[in-house]
Order: sequence, then C-alpha cells, then structure tokens
Amino acid sequence: MANQTTKTTYQLPIGPIHPALKEPVMFEFEIDGEKIIDAEVKLGHVHRAIEWTGMRRNPIQIIYLAERICGICSFVHPFAFCRAVENACDIDVPERAHYIRMFHGELERICSHMLWAGVAAHEIGFDTVLFLTWEMREKALDLTEYLTGNRVTKAIMTIGGIRRDIKPEQIPKIKETLQYLKDNFEKLRHVYLDDKTFKMRSQGVGVLTKEDALKLCAVGPTTRASGIKKDTRIDQPYAAYGDIDMEYQTPDILGGDINGDVYDRIIVRLLEVKQSIDIMEQALSNMPEGDLVSEPKIPKLLAYIKKTKGQGIGRDEAPRGEVIHYVKFDGEHENPYTWKVRASTYNNILPWIPMLIGEQIADIPIVAASTDPCMSCTNRVAIADNKNSKSYMLNKEELHKLSVAKTRRLMR
Amino acid sequence: MAKTTSAHLDANGLVKYFKDEFKTKIKSAEVIKRIGGSNKREHVNIWMTIDKSIFKNYIKHLCDYQFPHLAVVSGNDYPKEIELIYHFSLDFGKDRKEISLNTSVFLPKSKPEIETICDYIPGALITEREKQEMLGIKVIGIPDDRRLFLPEDFPEGVYPWRKDEKGMEKLIRNLHEVKK
Repeated sequence: MANQTTKTTYQLPIGPIHPALKEPVMFEFEIDGEKIIDAEVKLGHVHRAIEWTGMRRNPIQIIYLAERICGICSFVHPFAFCRAVENACDIDVPERAHYIRMFHGELERICSHMLWAGVAAHEIGFDTVLFLTWEMREKALDLTEYLTGNRVTKAIMTIGGIRRDIKPEQIPKIKETLQYLKDNFEKLRHVYLDDKTFKMRSQGVGVLTKEDALKLCAVGPTTRASGIKKDTRIDQPYAAYGDIDMEYQTPDILGGDINGDVYDRIIVRLLEVKQSIDIMEQALSNMPEGDLVSEPKIPKLLAYIKKTKGQGIGRDEAPRGEVIHYVKFDGEHENPYTWKVRASTYNNILPWIPMLIGEQIADIPIVAASTDPCMSCTNRVAIADNKNSKSYMLNKEELHKLSVAKTRRLMR
Repeated sequence: MAKTTSAHLDANGLVKYFKDEFKTKIKSAEVIKRIGGSNKREHVNIWMTIDKSIFKNYIKHLCDYQFPHLAVVSGNDYPKEIELIYHFSLDFGKDRKEISLNTSVFLPKSKPEIETICDYIPGALITEREKQEMLGIKVIGIPDDRRLFLPEDFPEGVYPWRKDEKGMEKLIRNLHEVKK
C-alpha cells in the first residue's frame, strides 16, 4: 500500500442529511477501500440565530426560546439559562424548587438515554430491541405528561424556581413508573451488554482515548466512557445534587477495563438510567416542603433584572453532557446584553474525528450515533468518486443496509 | 500534555497563585460562591480579568498547574473593545470540588487580535472558529480559520454578535442594500 504512486483514497461526503444523525451535519471522509483514513465535520446547517434572537427578548421570553434549542434537552437548556440569570442577578431558589428541578432533569435523562439506546440498536439492525427500549421510554414520557402536561417541552422552568409542584396524590403514579423501569432494567441490561453480536459490533469500535477526551474537551457520557470523571452534577453541586448520594458512572464499575469504545458508551448510558431512577427516588423521599418560586410576580422580577448589572454562567449536566449558558445584563435594559449558549454536542464534535479514523464505512452510523449527537436525520448520502469525477448517491436505506449486513455477517 | 499536579489550591489560593505570578497584569479577580440544596453545599466561580499581553503565558501557567476543561469562549461587544471570556473548569472529578474559572481578556476594536490556545488545548478550535465569524476577531495562529456555522455565501465583514455598524442590522432591516 505504502509505495503505490497513484492516489488510492477517495472522498466520501456523508450528510448534511443522514440517517444516524438527528440534525443536519456534514462529514467528509477520506477513504481507502472500506477504511476511513481522515474525517472532517462541517456544521451550521441548522444555525437558527437563537442567541441573536434572545438578545432582543426579555428573560422570561428567553426561557421558552431556550426550551426550543433542542427537542430532547428541552428541560436542561432553560435550566442552565435560569441558573445563569440567578447567578448574574443573585436570585434565590427555594429548596423545594431545587428538588423538583433535579427530579425533572433526571426524568429527562431517562427519556433521552432510552431514546438513544433504541436508535443505537436500530443502527446495527436490531429493530426488535428498538421497540423494547422505546416501549419502556413511553412509560417515562407518560410520567412526564402526567406531571407537567406536556410530553416533550415541559414549560415548567422559571427564574427563581419552578412552575409546577409534585402533589402528594401524584406520588403513587411516580412510584409505579419507577418500579416498572427498575423491573425492566435487567432485561435491557442483558440485551445490550451480554449479547454476542452487540459486543462484536461495539467492542473496540470508535475508540476515544482518555488523553484525547481530555485534550478535545469532550463532555458527558462520551468523556466518562473514556474514563474521565467529569459530571457537573457531582463536580458542582447545583440544585439539590449536593444532597444526593451518587458516584461518577465510568465503565469500570462493572469490573472491566476502560476502553473508550462504543460498548463502553452503552455501559455508561445504561448505568446512568439506573442512577437516574435512584436519584429520583432519593429526591422524592427527601423533598422538603415550601415555596416553588422566590418571586411569583413576573413584572416585579423583570423590573429587578432590568436594573441589575451583572454576569453569570449556568452549568448543567444534560443527558449528553455539560451545557453552559453565559448571560450578561447591563443594568439598563430588560433583555440580556449577551447570551451565549453552549450545548453538549458542540464539545463532542472534535472527538468524532479520532473515533472515526480507522473504522469502516459500515461503522459510521453506530460510531457517529455513539456520542448521542443532537443532530437530525433524513435520507441521503452522496459518494463522490473524485478520480473519474463521477458521483453517485447512496440513500438512507442502502447505508442502513450496509450496517445491517455487517451485523448479519458477524452473526454467522 | 494533559498532566495534573498533586498541588490542590482552593479558589482564593488559585487567585493568589496567578497574582503572585503576574502581579498587576491581573486586572481584577473576584471569587463568587453560591449554595444549593438542603445541605447548602457551595460551588465556586472565579471571575478574573487579565491583560492581553500575558494571555498566552497565563494559559501556559494554567495548563502547567492542571490541564483545564475549556467549556466555551463567550464574548461581549462594547463600543470601543471586545471582551472574550474563557470559561474553564478545574478540579473536576474530585467530588464537589470543581472551580469555574472565567478569564476575561479585552481586545481593542482597532486591533481585535488574540493568540490561539489550540497548541495547548486542541479542543478550543471549534469555539475559536466561532468567535472569528461571530465577533469579527482575528485568532492568530489558528490551525483552521474557515467559517464554522455561517454559510459560505454570507457577506464578508458582517459579524452577527457585533452591536456596531458591522452587526446584522443591515441584513435584517435593509436586505436590498446587501443584495441578498
């Protein structure tokens, strides 16, 4: 290979519209046969100028704008924003609100990780597992609807507290759902972690070393699967997390080594589902009585923010990793002078490159999906043959077929 | 790379470490603590403003002390200068001991230039590219200076987060003037 004089590599663009990615993103791969030797990521296809828009809205309006940054992280973005405003303007949050915020944050994590696990199974051709996982997720979504009135955008966050209480008569239904999730967790664990084919497709694939994870500033389950203990909930005890007994979830908890591969990322997310159930139970049993918001009158709150000069950051551990919002108020206007949002996938873009290099084309869907990118998906992959300046298209079904075919080959 | 020292400083110790090293070039430093939950555990934010001349040396000292996690770089546009804020976190993984270190640097509008930190922290590339296109600063020595989020046909010299004449107002109010 090394001594050949003619060019033997080809470029393979994937995206911006792609089955494994839930939001448009564009990859350009340099491939040699089936093997990826270089990768590049292009972004910006769904940049909606949310920050720019937010700088022209008042903080209460921004909460609902922040909620629409991402459909799955629809609780953590307003959470991080409210924390940033509370830090900037020194607004207190009642204890009970801290607990309810934490409870909903964990409920969202369960929904998100379950969704991801189903998608990961689908990527490698296990559609029955997809339905098994999403059936369980449905229960968590039902609980979200029961408690907040909405399945996805919860719309219960506010500056200085929370807008919906958890009432005593709602506790039995919550306990029933948590019990259901606990009962079915073992089944899920068995399917994902003990299955031979699952292991063959995910072990040693898409490796991110600890060194790379640290240098490239990866966040969330992606970095924890590489063995870095970084979890905003434990590092920085915001909301009521300081009261909770919890550990960093790294793959060595199950007794194995840390490899930083796709399999380890599955382990971490599954362990975190279990951890979230545990945190929700602790939250329920320790929840203090009290107010829900420190300032119920919104005009008064806005008037206070308007005359406050200050800046603050709000960090929050989203299902995919740390989210950070920066807010600055100038003391003259109601709208923030600056609002900067950093979602977790932003930091997990660069780690994709070392993960993908050296893998096969059929591994692209599962490796790309393994960081749980917050990116949307549809149907088209173009393969361009530069040498003969031809290009032809591989559609979603064909790329998916490639991935499924690899699984079937391994099962034989 | 990516080394950590055994020395562990608290927030005030960290501020003192940098003040001893850079004296008056640390223009201001403030430690803010907030509490949460029933146990009233606190978490710490440091807000530090440093002179542009020591910026690269400051990052080197920070990486020597402990390899930080860079969350993001945010920025403010003022009438005469641009402020960049580097949001680092230190001491993560040490059970509730994390310190958020927010370091500000002011760049004059006449010469909005800053050195890259990608040679120390390669993960800074995405956020540095974003600052170039959104705030119109120049990052000297950046390994990849293409646009990140803005489309290729976006007009040159327009920076969405600017509040001055280089901002977006024209693009929104008088679309015909920019021929888009």
